[in-house]
Amino acid sequence: MTFNKSLLIPLGVFVLLVVFLALGFRLQNPHLLPSALIDKPFPEFELKDLHQPEMSRTLADLSGEVSLVNVWATWCPNCLIEHPELLRISRETDLPLYGVNYNDDNEKALGWLTRLEDPYVFSIIDDKGTLAIDLGVYGAPETFVLDARGVIRFRHVGPVTPEVWQETLLPVVELLKEMSDG
Amino acid sequence: MARLLLALIFSVSVNCLAAIDAYPFPDEDMQQRYDGLIAELRCPQCLNTNLAGSDAMIAQDLRREVHRMLLDGYEDEEILEFMYERYGDFILYRPRLGFGTLVLWLGPLLLLVVAGLIWFRLARAKPELLEINTEDQARLDKLLKDTDT
Repeated sequence: MTFNKSLLIPLGVFVLLVVFLALGFRLQNPHLLPSALIDKPFPEFELKDLHQPEMSRTLADLSGEVSLVNVWATWCPNCLIEHPELLRISRETDLPLYGVNYNDDNEKALGWLTRLEDPYVFSIIDDKGTLAIDLGVYGAPETFVLDARGVIRFRHVGPVTPEVWQETLLPVVELLKEMSDG
Repeated sequence: MARLLLALIFSVSVNCLAAIDAYPFPDEDMQQRYDGLIAELRCPQCLNTNLAGSDAMIAQDLRREVHRMLLDGYEDEEILEFMYERYGDFILYRPRLGFGTLVLWLGPLLLLVVAGLIWFRLARAKPELLEINTEDQARLDKLLKDTDT
């Protein structure tokens, strides 16, 4: 019996279908939106400092080195979950961590930082959510990794757990540090 | 009775929507533009609700932002661009033409063209003539002759 090559066509179509379906149905969280801001400079802002409300913070206050910007609030349960890890990062690394206190009550926010300890170099008050909108934030917590030029290079939505730090954020930070050194 | 019930149901749901927030606008035209914009911007927090129908915190903030931008004299297109720059394709219910959406829209058309070509070639191909041996031909002739009579 001669082998009819056209018999392979359905098999090929089937394999293609499997590949596309596998890509389409990958286990992924549909809540994670692709960020439109990756590789764009951190937006300009002028907002008050949480601890010293008479002082305004601007983009220039985010230092010229690789840093983290964490959007947090006292109404956000996941912020409580990630807090110990943020504390650990601020203690054990020399990475500056800045806080954006998002749509929050200043009193509650200050109480939270006194009670749980403050991992941030400083926190800024974004009570109207304007900076958050410029950052494309749609919930809290979110964590951005900035390179030395102040460009947003990575965004993590959700709590920074030890696993997220080890497997996702730390490699990005190390890569960016190498790039800025070299 | 049923009609009364329906009327009640609708009055209740309309009240819920209206309760979220109401921004004052100087004229009816701007109010309509506002309604149009919040209807066609998707709330980033919810998977399939527009800004008009969501009471998520981010939706409230974005509605306030749309309101502010309208009062500041921004065009609708500029407001959509502002949102697109921050939230990407997701926020637009009518996505823009890009590589990904182009594949989505033109892909089926391409498949149709390919299918048409295959069909055309198959239809034009000459049907294969099967060989028949003399014995079978004789049988066939006989059968045909028998049915004729």
